Amino acid sequence: MDDLYREVIIEHYKNPSYRGKLDPHDISFADNNPLCGDHIQIDLRVDADGKVADARFDGHGCAISQASADLLMESIIGKPIEEVKQLNKDFILDLLGIDLGPVRLKCALLSLKVLKAGVYGLGEASDSLVE
Amino acid sequence: MLNVEEIRRDFPILQRQTASGARVTYLDSTATSQKPLAVIEAMNDFYRRSNANIHRGVHTLAEESTALYENAREKIANFINAASARQVIYTRNTTESINLVAYTWARANLKAGDLVILTEMEHHSNLVPWHMLAVERGIELDFIPVTADGLLDLDAYRSLLARDPKLVAFAHMSNVLGTVNPAAEIIRLARDAGAVTLVDAAQSVPHLAVDVQALDADFYAFSAHKMCGPTGIGILYGKTELLESMPPFLGGGDMIREVKLRSFRPNSLPHKFEAGTPAIAEAVGFGAAVDYLAKIGMDAIAAHEHTITEYVLERLEEIPGVKVFGPSADKKGGVASFTLEGVHPHDVAQILDQDGIAVRAGHHCAQPLHEKFGIPATSRASFYLYNTKEEVDLLVNGIYKVKKLFG
Repeated sequence: MDDLYREVIIEHYKNPSYRGKLDPHDISFADNNPLCGDHIQIDLRVDADGKVADARFDGHGCAISQASADLLMESIIGKPIEEVKQLNKDFILDLLGIDLGPVRLKCALLSLKVLKAGVYGLGEASDSLVE
Repeated sequence: MLNVEEIRRDFPILQRQTASGARVTYLDSTATSQKPLAVIEAMNDFYRRSNANIHRGVHTLAEESTALYENAREKIANFINAASARQVIYTRNTTESINLVAYTWARANLKAGDLVILTEMEHHSNLVPWHMLAVERGIELDFIPVTADGLLDLDAYRSLLARDPKLVAFAHMSNVLGTVNPAAEIIRLARDAGAVTLVDAAQSVPHLAVDVQALDADFYAFSAHKMCGPTGIGILYGKTELLESMPPFLGGGDMIREVKLRSFRPNSLPHKFEAGTPAIAEAVGFGAAVDYLAKIGMDAIAAHEHTITEYVLERLEEIPGVKVFGPSADKKGGVASFTLEGVHPHDVAQILDQDGIAVRAGHHCAQPLHEKFGIPATSRASFYLYNTKEEVDLLVNGIYKVKKLFG
């Protein structure tokens, strides 16, 4: 528990820096974790060079899913979209700095799945996007 | 009174520790119960001594396995007071039992515009089969509302009955709220209105003494794994005349009386609905499970769970920020679904796990019910014959730990 609920996770859960919506935006996508109903929406602005100019997430869920979304937003601002497309599971686990079992991994990866479904323009945030 | 310490010794898994060194405090029996040694050994013995495919074998092992499989059916029939074991059909689980009715009776008897009454507290297993039929057939669905204190609104039900429903399908006991619905009354009112009844009994048969004849249910569905038995086997009980009139479900071996190259005649009950090699060892384990429960006594089990339910509700209500869903202890079984202000149920469950406390977090396959209460998820502690008041205290201490961490 002390590992899983590291201070950084509790902090990002309770005081997220990137919670909200962007209007206008260039990309917006939302989906659920079918296991628990957690919901995440991600809005992006992309600049002329194809880099993420700004990013916000909104929704509800557990500390792991919400903290991972906040950390993910923080980390992609300034990154080229092409690079965002390559992000995978290990990137999130590095951001969180914890090990997760199969059930909680779904919580942690929800934001990345939503982000990638958004940038690829897909209909749903499927598991295969982050494996 | 149950001798809970003695009962706990029957369950090997309750002796184990989790990775953190904590003893397992298993508060998730509504999802699946633990298994006593008697069940585990019955299944082991079957594979060590008697394993063979059932029916049509004349050798010793086939005779023995057939007898064990059919004896288990008799035991289960007695356990729910079915008039005949022919009315007790083996399925995979409650979900498959409900689907069996949806695919056979309902497809033979319901047409576009026919009304099926469900309730707002149903598990997805008693919603989705009817959604599928609504899409395919154009049947109409309507729902008995759930009141703020977690009971079915029976006045609203009476109004729904005036619309000539063909089927009323409902949970005997809610897997989220714990509410024990007045099944006999719901069935009597449905019968007066000319509707067939289907009861999702996944949560009631494990915890209450059930008499299907006294209830007068047309269909009654439950699973072994929630009542000390193995996974992979469940029951559909049905009234003989209904089961006789229904077309078969899955086609294949064992469900036939005669097969020609271009036709078949179905077998008699209960085999008509049991195509292919069934879960034989699981049936044997199921028989051992009902023996185990019957020996302890369902009334004693229900009384013990009632004591625990009263205690857990009292203890949870004293914690600031905790909200428990469902009715008071006299109207519910051993289920306490709750939210803790400011903390997601997943996080509650994860932190409790560190102390070896197993609760479930999520929508518990009842998403519409959670939507009704305006919450995405709850944490759920559920109790069975092997749980103690000391375990309730561990749960409460654990919730205080969660509050401190998220403080």
